[in-house]
Amino acid sequence: MPVSGELVGGLKCRLCGKLYPKEAINFCTDDFGPLEVVYHYEAVAETLSRRSIESRPRNMWRYRELLPIDNAPTVGLHVGCTPLIRADRLAKALGISELYIKNDAVNHPSLSFKDRVVAVALSKAVELGFQTVGCASTGNLAGSVAANAAAAGLDAYVLIPDGLEQGKVLGAMIYGARVIAVAGNYDHVNRLCSQIAFKFGWGFVNVNLRPFYAEGSKTMGFEIAEDLGWRAPDHVVVPMAGGSLIGKLHKAFKEFEKLGLIDGPVKTKMFGAQATGCNPISNTVKTDALKIRPVRNPNTIAKSLAIGDPADGYFASQLIRDTGGWSEDVDDEAIVDAMKLLAETEGIWAETAGGVTLAVAQKLIEQGKIDRDGSTVLCITGNGLKTQEALIGKIAQPVVIKPSLAEFEALIGSHELTRQAELAVTSR
Amino acid sequence: MAKVRIPTPLRPHAGGHDTVEATGATVGEVLGHVGQSYPALLERIFDGGELRRFVNIYVNDEDIRYLEDLSTPVAPSDEVSIIPAVAGG
Repeated sequence: MPVSGELVGGLKCRLCGKLYPKEAINFCTDDFGPLEVVYHYEAVAETLSRRSIESRPRNMWRYRELLPIDNAPTVGLHVGCTPLIRADRLAKALGISELYIKNDAVNHPSLSFKDRVVAVALSKAVELGFQTVGCASTGNLAGSVAANAAAAGLDAYVLIPDGLEQGKVLGAMIYGARVIAVAGNYDHVNRLCSQIAFKFGWGFVNVNLRPFYAEGSKTMGFEIAEDLGWRAPDHVVVPMAGGSLIGKLHKAFKEFEKLGLIDGPVKTKMFGAQATGCNPISNTVKTDALKIRPVRNPNTIAKSLAIGDPADGYFASQLIRDTGGWSEDVDDEAIVDAMKLLAETEGIWAETAGGVTLAVAQKLIEQGKIDRDGSTVLCITGNGLKTQEALIGKIAQPVVIKPSLAEFEALIGSHELTRQAELAVTSR
Repeated sequence: MAKVRIPTPLRPHAGGHDTVEATGATVGEVLGHVGQSYPALLERIFDGGELRRFVNIYVNDEDIRYLEDLSTPVAPSDEVSIIPAVAGG
């Protein structure tokens, strides 16, 4: 697609505003503040319009001008444009009127929203000349970096905390990545990766490539707004681990507003979901604290969200307050119940983080924090196939019968009798 | 003397070193000692008397926020690491 002029100006410190060139660095060397990509929005507006977007292929690169690479993308060309599903059966169960599920559980190629950020980070890594890439991951990123690096012919080092779900570990190893499990939790892994990335001069997607990487999450917000008929929803419920996604979704709506692609002002309330066993951000919001108090030993079945010291926790909590949203956390039992509810009402099997998102949404609706009459989008970011351990012992086993019609009839007969009895009870 | 690890992008402010050695009984003292030789480095880590929001300090494998912050004791054999907080997720 034609892209005119220079779209990306460089990187800018979110604290002091110091400018940096487009290089692999994630923090300001004056005050350690996070660096964020600077766009030339006038140049973006020259080629990006509703019509130009709608004329392009259904993948995340249809918003190319708002993604921080200089040349045509080379990695993750088929990522994104996952379904936005009107979820009426779930809406009824929750007692709200207009509910949508943004289903990144079926994102290509690795079944999580992380393919969006990795597509950008690795396309940028190729531009910057890296041959070796890597990441610190709670699981989904591991699979995404491994898969996308394999397809791009890059060497990948994937560092994870030990004790992750098998589906996440196998889902990274299968692609031939060097997977290294670190004895410790995610924060230990993250610290080690911060040291490795610069020392070895590798492109770690969520360390030195992080400013570019994080921008990829915006595409989830762009797609939501486009698929809602070019409007931002009233409420968005987002799972929070490092706290980056929630900010980028909101930034996506604001960028569309700035470019006149949706009518402003954007009034979307942002709601953040965490597990009670690792709730540094929701705790900050609920106690109106100024600083994030990190969680030393996260303990939850939602392992993909188990980041005790979230890099963007501060900004996420500020955004939640500023938009009039809120944050809550839920325990493991509520997470599993919500995974079942989502599966049974909408036919979507989300990973544990999806259970967190739905259970928190339920809680916020009951608290009156989410208005029952507004439009609400739940962001499902990962696939249930990868977190099966969480459901072991929580889901019934299949009934075993002989290949005999009589046995089947006897079984169904008894089921039918049970069902009739249940109906009689509920109708009483 | 304790070993202090410098983040690679900040090495120009630490005489080009990857690690520097410093004395002190606590993290605060050790960093203060580093600052005597490399005041520009210290300025980047501290804002007034407080650590900046996006700087994490580790003693060996533990974040000092889980220990005693800047009062965390440091033994001569310990390694103090200055780690940028904006990573991961």
